[in-house]
Amino acid sequence: MKILIKNGRLIDPASGRDELGDVVIAGGRILALGSVPPDFQPNRTIDASGCIVAPGLVDLAARLREPGHEHEGMLESELNAAAAGGVTSLVCPPDTDPTLDEPGLVEMLKFRARKLSLCRLFPLGALTRGLAGEVLTEMAELTEAGCVGFSQAEVPVADTLVLLRALQYAATFGYTVWLRPQDGWLGKGIAASGAVATRLGLSGVPVAAETVALLTIIELVRTTGARVHLCRLSSAAGVALLRAAKAEGLPITADVSINSLHLTDVDIGYFNPAMRLTPPLRQGADRAALRAALADGTIDALVSDHTPVDEDAKNLPFGEAEPGATGLELLLSLALKWGSDSGLALPATLARVTSNPVRVLGDALGSLSSSAGQLVAGGVADVCVFDPSQTWAVTALGLLSQGKHTPFAFESTGMALPGRVRATLVAGTVAYEAPAG
Amino acid sequence: MLNKRNPQLNRQGELIHLLSIEGLPRDVVTHILDTAGTFLSVNDREVKKVPLLRGKSVFNLFFENSTRTRTTFEIAAKRLSADVINLDIAKSSASKGESLLDTIANLSAMHADMFVVRHSESGAPYLIAQHCAPHVHVVNAGDGRHAHPTQGLLDMYTIRHFKQDFTQLSVAIVGDIVHSRVARSDIHALTTLGVPDIRAVGPKTLVPGDLQGMGVRVCHDMNEGIKDADVIIMLRLQSERMSGGMLPSAGEFYKHYGLSQDKLRLAKPDAIVMHPGPINRGVEIDSAVADGSHSVILPQVTFGIAVRMAVMSILAGNDA
Repeated sequence: MKILIKNGRLIDPASGRDELGDVVIAGGRILALGSVPPDFQPNRTIDASGCIVAPGLVDLAARLREPGHEHEGMLESELNAAAAGGVTSLVCPPDTDPTLDEPGLVEMLKFRARKLSLCRLFPLGALTRGLAGEVLTEMAELTEAGCVGFSQAEVPVADTLVLLRALQYAATFGYTVWLRPQDGWLGKGIAASGAVATRLGLSGVPVAAETVALLTIIELVRTTGARVHLCRLSSAAGVALLRAAKAEGLPITADVSINSLHLTDVDIGYFNPAMRLTPPLRQGADRAALRAALADGTIDALVSDHTPVDEDAKNLPFGEAEPGATGLELLLSLALKWGSDSGLALPATLARVTSNPVRVLGDALGSLSSSAGQLVAGGVADVCVFDPSQTWAVTALGLLSQGKHTPFAFESTGMALPGRVRATLVAGTVAYEAPAG
Repeated sequence: MLNKRNPQLNRQGELIHLLSIEGLPRDVVTHILDTAGTFLSVNDREVKKVPLLRGKSVFNLFFENSTRTRTTFEIAAKRLSADVINLDIAKSSASKGESLLDTIANLSAMHADMFVVRHSESGAPYLIAQHCAPHVHVVNAGDGRHAHPTQGLLDMYTIRHFKQDFTQLSVAIVGDIVHSRVARSDIHALTTLGVPDIRAVGPKTLVPGDLQGMGVRVCHDMNEGIKDADVIIMLRLQSERMSGGMLPSAGEFYKHYGLSQDKLRLAKPDAIVMHPGPINRGVEIDSAVADGSHSVILPQVTFGIAVRMAVMSILAGNDA
């Protein structure tokens, strides 16, 4: 398949390229950028006039719900959602049922995703068997099966000796350990501690739930030298600890979710279960610190934290509702919104969802690490074409994901989101194309 | 985010559900208290009934056990001539796996006119109010730690009965405030009615500093907290607070925060002592105080019926 994407504004955050031109694609790779070789005969031409042609998005946190939670999401529905959101690579956590602690499961998941060829799938293996926090998994085997790192998902390791051993073992092979910093006991509440939780009578999750865990993790990184990626920071105090750890030169990276970047606990309103999220939404000062940290590079990447939740699990009193929101189809728009709110240029904004997450993944991506999240001649043709001037309203009906719940639904916010994906290419094949009109 | 309309008021600002006292205009609160006054005499008649809710079906939906509150709602509804159906859901559908909204849909199909809801989760009555038929009114009879608005209103009725004017009062609320829906409703009602000095008194595990955002002064010292108070509202201390690591023992709590005759002397000479019941004698309150001349605990119960009659009759008269 030979594809020509014509007349777009090519933006490649990694190289700083920002110019009008064409993208020439053949054999799954980018043949040329800028101008078309004279003898090139495309099978298809995509007119990108008025659109941005960017690297496909790389999402470091998206739950696909398979295996085990198919009533909430299927590989096919969620990878279609990814493609519709311009996401061409995604990392999924191991909290499926069964958990991703066996190489066979990982191979199966990778195989099924490959057959769909909608989006590249990079699973995280479980750090401990069954995420129970007791016995280490076969990390080398899991890596051979396709895992790009190891994670405890939402289950903190209670036993710090196990955590120390896990980091030592991962460091032996150079694997990255992905941890959401949350103390198991302090993190038991429903909403972030503060005036809103107190007023609504919701049990609180203090900031200390994050900082206590961070202090432990940072000290263990210091002693083991393990590479750690911190998932979904939620507080200003957490950002300060991350900044200090990075200044010290520790091998730590971090991300933030679209939810924590745009919302605060005030948005819970009258117990809106769409706002039931983990980590819980915190206060305005926390949101401001997260936004600033993403802008100055302290936080490396922006993630969708995509978690499809079905009606039965969401339409419950706030405390009983299952945490999570759909996000794959919102990632680009919410990145753009943050970027324009923060006065960032488009290449800098897009870096947070393309080249930066690829840098976080590093060598774990193998040969892809040199061209995923970038527009490079000779590199893989993972491309997102979007119209930055078009806005759209998020509706349950309009989302391809099986998860329909989002804090950004038009019916509750009355706010349209900027940026509409026109086409997504994965390995030079069209994975998504917006309906005409 | 859209500025959403308070779900308990209709477009005319009339009360269609009673979910929380927070956000209610002062005149709505005063109107309920005034209406309750007119119902008080009904309770003294030989035939204790008025026909205001005749032909209406009131469903008591108690997802959490309660005898006292359910009984007072039942009496109030019956005195308004409503048909009352008591559903102890803690023991029926929920244990069979039926979801909350399915239960509500089924009961709505039985042409309920009013749901009186108690639930262990904060905010559950909001979900019900959002999903029930438009003609159905929802009364929150206590949700998690969030609100117990009829208790708050009957407390205001009691205070007004004994103290008349709210604008000169010092009110101390003492005990387990963090877990108390009564305290939250009282605080909202007191601030709405213009009480200038509200103190939340208890140890830091039960009285978090965030409460200041609700317009109260946080006091961790009991003597300072009740000094010169006109009204002292004691809260019930659940025994779970000891096992949950919030307090070492009931004895130590009583020593520091229990209301004894001695401590009561620090309050104004004409102070009234209130308690939402059921009381733990010797844990949060001394028997001599509970039964003494300052105590208005039993009048609270009597006023509670009139206040609940007022709430139900006002709701029934307003359309969504």
